[in-house]
Amino acid sequence: MNLVIAAVILWLAAMWVNIRIANGPADDSQGAKLAVPLIFGLTLLAMWEMIVRGMEVPMVILPAPSVIAARLTSSIPILWADFVQTFVKGALSGYVIGVIAAFVAAIAVDRSDFLRRGLLPVGNFVAALPIVGTAPILVMWYGFDWQSKAAVVVVMVFFPMLVNITAGLQETSAMQRDQMKTWAAGYWQGLWKLRLPAAMPFVFNGLKIASTLALIGAIVAEFFGSPIVGMGFRISTSVGQLALDMVWAEIVVAAIAGSLFYGGIAVIERIVTFWHPSQRRG
Amino acid sequence: MTMTDPSPVISAKGLDLTFQTKDSPVQALRDVNLDIGAGDFVSFIGPSGCGKTTFLRTIAALEQPTGGTITVNGMSPEAARKARAYGYVFQAAGLYPWRTIAGNISLPLEIMGFSKAERAERVEKTLALVDLEGFGGKYPWQLSGGMQQRASIARALAFDADILLMDEPFGALDEIVRDHLNEELLKLWARTGKTIGFVTHSIPEAVYLSTHIVVMSPRPGRITDVIKSPLPRERPLDIRDTPEFLEIAHRVREGLRAGHAYD
Amino acid sequence: MRIVCAKDCARGMLMIRNVFPVLTVVAVIFGIWYLACVPMNIKTALTEAERAGATVSTPGARERRDMSAIGLALANPAQWRDTFALKKPRLPAPHQVAVELWQTTVEKKITSKRSLVFHGWITLSATLLGFAMGTVGGILLAVGIVHSRAMDMSVMPWAIASQTIPVLAIAPMIIVVFNSIGVQGLIPKAIISAYLSFFPVVVGMVKGLRSPSAMQLDQMRTWGASKSQSFWTLRLPSSVPYLFTSLKVGIAASLLGAIVGELPTGAIRGLGARLLTGSYYGQTIQIWSALFATAILAAGLVAVIAGIERVTLKRMGYGK
Ligand SMILES: Nc1ncnc2c1ncn2[C@@H]1O[C@H](COP(=O)(O)OP(=O)(O)OP(=O)(O)O)[C@@H](O)[C@H]1O
Ligand SMILES: [Mg+2]
Repeated sequence: MNLVIAAVILWLAAMWVNIRIANGPADDSQGAKLAVPLIFGLTLLAMWEMIVRGMEVPMVILPAPSVIAARLTSSIPILWADFVQTFVKGALSGYVIGVIAAFVAAIAVDRSDFLRRGLLPVGNFVAALPIVGTAPILVMWYGFDWQSKAAVVVVMVFFPMLVNITAGLQETSAMQRDQMKTWAAGYWQGLWKLRLPAAMPFVFNGLKIASTLALIGAIVAEFFGSPIVGMGFRISTSVGQLALDMVWAEIVVAAIAGSLFYGGIAVIERIVTFWHPSQRRG
Repeated sequence: MTMTDPSPVISAKGLDLTFQTKDSPVQALRDVNLDIGAGDFVSFIGPSGCGKTTFLRTIAALEQPTGGTITVNGMSPEAARKARAYGYVFQAAGLYPWRTIAGNISLPLEIMGFSKAERAERVEKTLALVDLEGFGGKYPWQLSGGMQQRASIARALAFDADILLMDEPFGALDEIVRDHLNEELLKLWARTGKTIGFVTHSIPEAVYLSTHIVVMSPRPGRITDVIKSPLPRERPLDIRDTPEFLEIAHRVREGLRAGHAYD
Repeated sequence: MRIVCAKDCARGMLMIRNVFPVLTVVAVIFGIWYLACVPMNIKTALTEAERAGATVSTPGARERRDMSAIGLALANPAQWRDTFALKKPRLPAPHQVAVELWQTTVEKKITSKRSLVFHGWITLSATLLGFAMGTVGGILLAVGIVHSRAMDMSVMPWAIASQTIPVLAIAPMIIVVFNSIGVQGLIPKAIISAYLSFFPVVVGMVKGLRSPSAMQLDQMRTWGASKSQSFWTLRLPSSVPYLFTSLKVGIAASLLGAIVGELPTGAIRGLGARLLTGSYYGQTIQIWSALFATAILAAGLVAVIAGIERVTLKRMGYGK
């Protein structure tokens, strides 16, 4: 019980600190912007630990962070194998294939106004559907291993990418295209020098959306059948064994993988679209 | 207009252009006859919507005439474009933000297949021509509006076409910068001997720059007067205060009024 | 306001202009689908034909296993028709899916365990409950964030970061944890749905509540408006378009959450369960019809919100 009271006191103290920083003179500094969410997050973590211990919450309901951390560090080989199976083999390969396919399709569509007008609404419609539902079908077609997971990811990634690339390719102004004409530029020159670079902000928007979808697709597809390795497999079997510390460890790995994937794309975006007003510094 | 040169660089005969719009057709040009000789500086002036842009775009093969003929260097506008006969400067600078100034200027050269060495050489040369030495490595958004417009002129000059078509290139700039660029443009014209077609709304600008001023009037767009300037080719800025200058300006203004009186 | 109308009218015209291309594309997709059925299902069709006594190009299912499906299809045109009528095809033909959809919705009693309406309702109720919880929670948090700088700085970075991680992975655990404290069925799934729709609503709503310009806020101040007055008369109305954009994302996420919530514990009711049992027993037609049912449900939900959006925005004067 004492631990629970301590948790409440800790919460009040931390919030007091945060309010002081947020309304203090240095509230706009880089340090404050980092410190406040960090204090908030760490406080939540500490409270979680204290309350779970203080109230002796059983592990099958909520393991304490320290237990999760211990499981994480002691199961690194398993977690790594799962990560490779689900993220590298399933999500990443599907992501790459899906993005490339979307580019090819977008350029094909781009050459015909009719196709663009027809395919874009369909693509928009499909992009809003719960495409993970195709997982059982694709698992049936491509087997239990990573190929079927990659296939699910391809389908999930393809439509949002297609929609974004096509929209991006429309981004140039009539003046810019006329300019290209006055230089007697061909289709591919115009595409390569003008329209693709101009489309990049849209492309990266799509890439970021797709990165989250890819990981979701790869994990959920494993719920429909997988070899005895993989993040989704581990989550569903550990849940069955009530080994929630393992489930949480996988979730931590998934969170880290997801945010690194997203962050990595955001960094590349910064480099590639440095010229875009939203990315210009200062 | 009568020229010393027997074969005009640009020649329009009975040119008609009608836009088919949803509600009613718009006749943007009607029976336009104009010859522009080599080395002329021709300004187009007239009220908004009188077809100045349309005429320039027709020369550049960006619009197809619906009647009459137009030739550029004795060829069809398309053929002239393929032969890289002209550079076109749009009203907005339209530089690519992802390319440096040098990269922007070398863009048409890349499209036209110039070698890397030659591109570098021409970029340097044209940067100097528009007074932008040392700014090649900067990005467009790091430059002022006037500098951007100069870069866009440089882009049209880089491949050294004999004809330069400019559609209100200085429209968005302030008076002082505009004066400066006008002066620079005249120097450049004197140095290179190019044929220039120039759209403007400013009477002083037209008179200051041109050897010929084409006055147009709207609905339907047509040429109402072509004024040949008696001013010498060498023109300091203060020529604008001389009686000759004011006299031509007056004639242009009268021409514009007459055009307006039609409707 | 005029601009919005122009955009609206333009959208209407665009839709009419696009009908023919869209129909063409859809027709082509169905054409490809039918065509694909032949090579996809030819091996099963040949096995069944052989069993029924027909002679086929290469006898013996074992012999055919590693042969090219397209080659087999070309060699056995007599069995093409069979490929559209198998019981457990690898790829069911569109009309098979349509028939199954019809039979399991219109022709079945709603209370039947085989009725898709029944399963759809199980999923839909969890979706809607979760969506309502997520939306209310999201709006409240957004209001807090906009009014408290400490809350903004503490929570907002986490809200944004949480959108980059596959939160769906938590779904099975939530189901099991609730199971172990004796709660089953609707509530755990609704919580997953709520969780998935919560963050999009927070992020969108914060954006919306912040959308009034500094000038508009200053103007409020010159009239001596209180914080709550400017909230109700300026911030909240300005946030509505943003809210609807997030609601459309949120409802799709909620449905996804409810479906995934039905997967892990071997649930037997709900569209997710239909997908899962279909895949256990190789009932491909069942999988496909469940898949289409989820698609129709998702499209319907988004359309309903879009409809409410249109009416609301018009009432509020955005559409005039
Ligand atoms: N693509 C088009 N479709 C239909 N009508 C057009 C098109 N382009 C121009 N017009 C019409 O043709 C006429 C001439 O237009 P143009 O742009 O050549 O005028 P302008 O003299 O350049 O005017 P401004 O000084 O405003 O630039 C106008 O009435 C305009 O509405
Ligand atoms: Mg114009």
